[in-house]
Amino acid sequence: MTNALSRLLETRDWLMADGATGTNLFNMGLSSGDAPELWNTEHPDRIRTLYKSAVDAGSDIFLTNSFGGNASRLKLHDAQHRARELSRISAELGREVADASGRVVVVAGSVGPTGEIFAPMGPLTHEVAVEIFHEQAEGLKEGGADVLWLETISAPEEYRAAAEAFALAGMPWCGTMSFDTAGRTMMGVTSADMVDMVEALPNPPVAFGANCGVGASDLLRTVLGFAAQGTERPIIAKGNAGIPKYHDGHIHYDGTPELMAEYAVMARDCGATIIGGCCGTMPEHLEKMHEALSTRPRGPRPTLDEIAEKLGGFSSAADGTGEDDGPKRQRRGRRRG
Amino acid sequence: MSEEEDDIILSELDDEELVQQMFDDLYDGLKEEIEEGVNILLERGWAPYKVLTEALVGGMTIVGNDFRDGILFVPEVLLAANAMKGGMAILKPLLAETGAPRMGAMVIGTVKGDIHDIGKNLVSMMMEGAGFEVVDLGINNPVENYLEALEEHKPDILGMSALLTTTMPYMKVVIDTMVEQGIRDDYVVLVGGAPLNEEFGKAIGANAYCRDAAVAVETAKQFVARKHNQGVATV
Repeated sequence: MTNALSRLLETRDWLMADGATGTNLFNMGLSSGDAPELWNTEHPDRIRTLYKSAVDAGSDIFLTNSFGGNASRLKLHDAQHRARELSRISAELGREVADASGRVVVVAGSVGPTGEIFAPMGPLTHEVAVEIFHEQAEGLKEGGADVLWLETISAPEEYRAAAEAFALAGMPWCGTMSFDTAGRTMMGVTSADMVDMVEALPNPPVAFGANCGVGASDLLRTVLGFAAQGTERPIIAKGNAGIPKYHDGHIHYDGTPELMAEYAVMARDCGATIIGGCCGTMPEHLEKMHEALSTRPRGPRPTLDEIAEKLGGFSSAADGTGEDDGPKRQRRGRRRG
Repeated sequence: MSEEEDDIILSELDDEELVQQMFDDLYDGLKEEIEEGVNILLERGWAPYKVLTEALVGGMTIVGNDFRDGILFVPEVLLAANAMKGGMAILKPLLAETGAPRMGAMVIGTVKGDIHDIGKNLVSMMMEGAGFEVVDLGINNPVENYLEALEEHKPDILGMSALLTTTMPYMKVVIDTMVEQGIRDDYVVLVGGAPLNEEFGKAIGANAYCRDAAVAVETAKQFVARKHNQGVATV
């Protein structure tokens, strides 16, 4: 495969991705409730600034401002007809910034969830999901994205639909899920389940992993879960900068740049190759993360206790993997088979 | 699971066994079996309200507990809620006819500026599954929407949801407005959403923060029971 990301992965044993998009844009004046993707045409200068802040902090990869740029999400803003256009422009702006950086920087076309629940429980069919993702993928491809980057997915059906759409667009891709419910995704997928799902795809991603979720500790437990499956595929770790706290009418994430630096080094020791942040991760966090990844030596794979000690405790006792895979219900279990 | 136990004829079970089987069938999201079970109990002379509370709500409580404890996840809960809905469709007209007491009513919506709704939808489904009447205001609700809905539907509970750190403070705007208008204490206010926590719920003056849909249902039941004990009529 000859894409910028695969080439970088051949020569480097870790890469740094970017941080938050939403948190940064809100700081630049985005009103909550507005679609960030509309800024691709309304305030292209601010989007360039966002991208450049990640590149300047040392990121090898940054994600485009197109997370909610699919027809399903844009419909909430009556902009469903602009999915392809807004996605294309998000990548074009990214291309400009990456090409002006003087080094190889990967433009990753962000693709977020549709926000719909799949049939039969919800309204979304596989065919429609593929169509929605395909439209966005073509836009990102036209705009010059090096790879597509699926993120914050909970349902395996949605991950598979996106993979199929990316194959239709003929694009290499990465894809992360969000493990926010007792160490699993909202739909119950464990880290081990995800490895199995990814490896069974006809067009598996260049790299896979976890983003967002609860806190840095939980995210690293998930990365350890991936690594325990013995996968050879590069693992992505994009955790939040701590947990949001409410003080005097304002919200801030409690993860300091120093804590995120610690998280980055530990993520690499856990087995992650591509390391970045998610919500609350600002340029100052990225700078510290980059410095730590560049200067500190690799260490042995940390234990769960060491992670909890350095980054804080876990949100749940178990994560559905390994021998202690949580409680089970005693069933009468006599239903017609 | 042995062969001879594979086929269960619901109508051959006695009441107690049938209710136990319905708990399992709800757990497995078997809608047709739940509908059949409801009809059998009704034919046997059970009052609609007893079918609702003992068979359906009882079964959904198990689903809710296992969801809370991380044993069941969203897909299973949605299936269970769907099966529950099948049973409720049969019971609803009968409950109205017999003037059975209401479990309670809730107005729910995602706050202004926030367009996320999966969590809220899940709470709606679980609340309906527990027998509550739910008025869902959808996403992006300014304070006026909440106030109008409270005025119109007179629910027991107001539920607010937010997924963004930037939108969660709006919950306080709604509660403060209710205080100003002197109607705050007429309702139980429950809040939820990924970035919230108990501390936040207290800080803004909500009655409770609910970590997930299962906790929301349990909390709602407790508050409504307390309200009834105080003799505040809601029917």
